[in-house]
Amino acid sequence: MTTSRSVGPVVPQRVAFDSPIALACGMSLPQWELVYETYGTLNAARSNAILICHALSGHHHVAGYYADNPKNLGWWDNMIGPGKPIDTNRFFVVGVNNLGGCHGSTGPASINPATGEPWGADFPIVTVPDWVRAQAKLADHLGIEQWAAVVGGSLGGMQALQWTIDLPGRVRHALVIAAAPKLTAENIAFNDVARQAILTDPDFHGGHFYRHGTRPTRGLRLARMLGHITYLSDDQMAEKFGRKKRLGAGSYGFGVEFEIESYLRYQGDKFAGFFDANTYLLMTKALDYFDPAAPYGDDLAAALSRAQAKFLVISFSTDWRFSPARSREIVNALVKERKDVAYVEITSRHGHDSFLMDDPYYHAVVAGYLNRVAT
Amino acid sequence: MSHPLKRPDFDLIAGWMKPGETVLDLGCGEGELLAMLAERGIRGWGIERDPGLVLAAVENGINVIQSDLEAGLAGFEDDAFDHVVLSRTLQTMRHTQQILAEMLRVGREAVVSFPNFAYWKNRLAVLEGRMPVSEDLPYQWYDTPNLRFFTLLDFESLCAEMGLVIRERQVLDEKGASVAEEPNFLGSLAVYRLGRG
Repeated sequence: MTTSRSVGPVVPQRVAFDSPIALACGMSLPQWELVYETYGTLNAARSNAILICHALSGHHHVAGYYADNPKNLGWWDNMIGPGKPIDTNRFFVVGVNNLGGCHGSTGPASINPATGEPWGADFPIVTVPDWVRAQAKLADHLGIEQWAAVVGGSLGGMQALQWTIDLPGRVRHALVIAAAPKLTAENIAFNDVARQAILTDPDFHGGHFYRHGTRPTRGLRLARMLGHITYLSDDQMAEKFGRKKRLGAGSYGFGVEFEIESYLRYQGDKFAGFFDANTYLLMTKALDYFDPAAPYGDDLAAALSRAQAKFLVISFSTDWRFSPARSREIVNALVKERKDVAYVEITSRHGHDSFLMDDPYYHAVVAGYLNRVAT
Repeated sequence: MSHPLKRPDFDLIAGWMKPGETVLDLGCGEGELLAMLAERGIRGWGIERDPGLVLAAVENGINVIQSDLEAGLAGFEDDAFDHVVLSRTLQTMRHTQQILAEMLRVGREAVVSFPNFAYWKNRLAVLEGRMPVSEDLPYQWYDTPNLRFFTLLDFESLCAEMGLVIRERQVLDEKGASVAEEPNFLGSLAVYRLGRG
């Protein structure tokens, strides 16, 4: 079913910008590039475009597959395609790898023109508002004055929210999924433990591991294991793993014994095998700094008073990383400002990761909302 | 909209609102009332708990917020709305006084409609030894979502006790026609417009 409704083989594209982009941290990137993919067809009025913003470990490959690697499905392929909730028969969908990423857009592994070497730890900290401005440049490049919708889950949902505040005239609908208006101390604490795992790995070399020919895979693996725990729910872990032990596992030792240990180590190893540690640091910092209300006297409603978009806000019952109560903060601020908003709290066992799952009710909600979005 | 029930109270409720005003509809279902009000230039939001109805409301383009009314209206500001509507739902709620107080905290006015247990047919059913089943009480005793069975007089005495002002009252019979005389006997559905004391 997934393949028959797939956007099919896709090819990443690249755009280089020669004008500098000034970043919130005070630095600027003189030249920078974004990689992106598009699905569907931009209509003559250029009014049917949807931007998909990715989360911490995401990228531009959102839907479809690569001709030379049919197993490499886009990370939100269950959501996007012909006849799917984000229907490429109606919409022109754009996926982009954010600045600071490690999937082709300018990031820490790119060459710093000032030194001729990879940026490494010298790559500037990037924020959600920086990403929105960079994405707007991509929209300009594609001739898209206004998105029909900006859509994202988790950190991606935060970008969708930021779009409506920073560039209110350029987004008609925002789908803010499994997000929060800012991180709590607990959220930041988890991120910092993850960062410490990377920063203290001897192979990290202060972020300049490229020149040492090493990769801080131990730290990155630990960071991912920790993160992964926060993406799941207690119920789901109990159901999937419980206290099950691996066949033939030893005991009274520190080897892999419980199934959950095996699972987390596998996830950690897999992630550490391809993800860039500097990018991981940057993404978690972007999360920590995200606080769109801050420039408006810490008043989220005041920030959102600028929005011209209509909103669909979705949360998941077992998401404890960004719980339904956090989404309600967004909804309450929107209602206070008399914005159009629908809010759905979906019963799901899958914790924070629910936003990526192929859940019929969740998908019906997204489809039902987007069916009314004019192209 | 596919809702099978005719809702004669909707016209009444709409008549109490002016274009440009705002409304919060508690238990908004698929959003029939809000859609009708939107056509008249009244902006609205709705609260609904049931996932199927929430999905239908999203499909209908309603500003639906999924939430359980029993948890109150925390999160909505004082005076956030001109009107707050609780249509045929009060009798299904456990926290009766809390929701009434909350409605008049977040709204300037509250509209409450409910089936009148003292309607003569209901009285007759009980006299005959059976729990009433009617147009406005369309359930059997064992499958009813209704938790509270009360009358116009009961409701008005609670309003007095809570210091709520009854600004207007309309009483309808089973066919939705207005009842002028003996409302607590001839009325099947009561619709109240309440204000703060």
